[in-house]
Amino acid sequence: MQYLSEYRDADVVGQYLDEIRRTVTRPWTIMEVCGGQTHSLVKNGILQLLPEQVRMVHGPGCPVCVTPLYQIDKAVHLAMEHGAILCSYGDMLRVPGSKMSLLEAKAAGADVRILYSPLEAVKIAQENPSKEVVFFAVGFETTAPANALSVIHAQRAGVKNYSILTSHVLVPPAIEAVMNDEDSHIQGFLAAGHVCAIMGIDEYYPLVEKYNIPVVVTGFEPVDLVQGILMVVRQLEKGEHRLENQYSRVVRPEGNPEAQKVIAKVFEIEDREWRGIGNIPMSGYELRTEFGAYDANKKFSVNIEKVSESSECIAGQVLKGIKKPFECPQFGKKCRPQSPLGAPMVSSEGACAAYYHFSQAMEEV
Amino acid sequence: MCLAIPGKIRSIESQYDGLVRMAKVQFGGITKEASLEMVPAAKEGDYVLVHVGVAISIVDEEEAQKTFEYLKEIGEIDELIEHTQI
Ligand code: SF4
Repeated sequence: MQYLSEYRDADVVGQYLDEIRRTVTRPWTIMEVCGGQTHSLVKNGILQLLPEQVRMVHGPGCPVCVTPLYQIDKAVHLAMEHGAILCSYGDMLRVPGSKMSLLEAKAAGADVRILYSPLEAVKIAQENPSKEVVFFAVGFETTAPANALSVIHAQRAGVKNYSILTSHVLVPPAIEAVMNDEDSHIQGFLAAGHVCAIMGIDEYYPLVEKYNIPVVVTGFEPVDLVQGILMVVRQLEKGEHRLENQYSRVVRPEGNPEAQKVIAKVFEIEDREWRGIGNIPMSGYELRTEFGAYDANKKFSVNIEKVSESSECIAGQVLKGIKKPFECPQFGKKCRPQSPLGAPMVSSEGACAAYYHFSQAMEEV
Repeated sequence: MCLAIPGKIRSIESQYDGLVRMAKVQFGGITKEASLEMVPAAKEGDYVLVHVGVAISIVDEEEAQKTFEYLKEIGEIDELIEHTQI
């Protein structure tokens, strides 16, 4: 097995879709939390192939999208005014801040670098001892171990000119925020497989009980997604609500204990502001005080004003699955990936951007 | 950006005076370095799921097979239920 091509097999996807059609008798609304899954559902055309009764809505799980504007402004400021070497993941650098994106800052002369891994940023810091290197550390639980590990590597190697600007978010509090919204009609969840690979599945039992909803931990390939959807639909049709694990080849019930240890060593849980949603209590990671020397927020005193988002954007409703991107009056008009008005249009994993790219591709066909 | 993909460990070496295990991991045609610090049990030949330069899980071969057996299994179980009801 290569663990990739098999899970993209059109025949297997077709068999699962047939089984979903045979199983479903009533309309159901299911949310996939993770932006990677949204992207895969749209890109592989699965949304079109599902029976009408299965309505997929897309959750807030795109870390690039939910990073507040002022954080991007802060990163731009560090690159432009403090002369720091500012590094991050590619998607993050493209997101416009209130004045410019990090890539635009680069065009204006700042030293901004796209990295594959935060561990590379520590090497850059070692090679440039006279410069400050800042890694813009965004992500969900999946990315937290790598970001934490970079701090540990820096500490181990005695690197003092490295710090991270964190904007880390957590999935379970986001599910709560979605379910607590009285306009929410979600009846089942696909939980993000890679988040659970780190954290395990235990955190989802209380959510299943509290909201009486089926939750199926699901992978990212087309076969994974259709199997996950079938598992949710089967539970819904039988009136059950349980936690199931579709992605058992990667997700152990206890998660990855080594990764959890590293996270707990470096980060602690704090309240966090989500772009498009607002403050969610205890929903993100912040560096522990012991690691203050690696915290860009403490290292550089930056006072960035919070800017308000466009009032025409209905991102909050899109991110909570209450409205679909097409239902936004600005979708594809004033709001496009090149000039996004709000969070879900900024990264290809955001629901609005995923729909936009897909509708463009359909027009070209 | 939450992309994590499975690749095969080709070789393992230690860095930082043996503190850190790094692997060369092959994804189809390309090979990349990944830290094995989160998967201490990983060995050459294993498939690991790599996310931003860090291996986060060893792919379990036996469990992987279940995805392809699931449909057959639920078919058989449903049949069993139908027969019991008769
Ligand atoms: S289409 Fe644009 S304006 Fe509308 S909700 Fe999405 S991001 Fe906001």
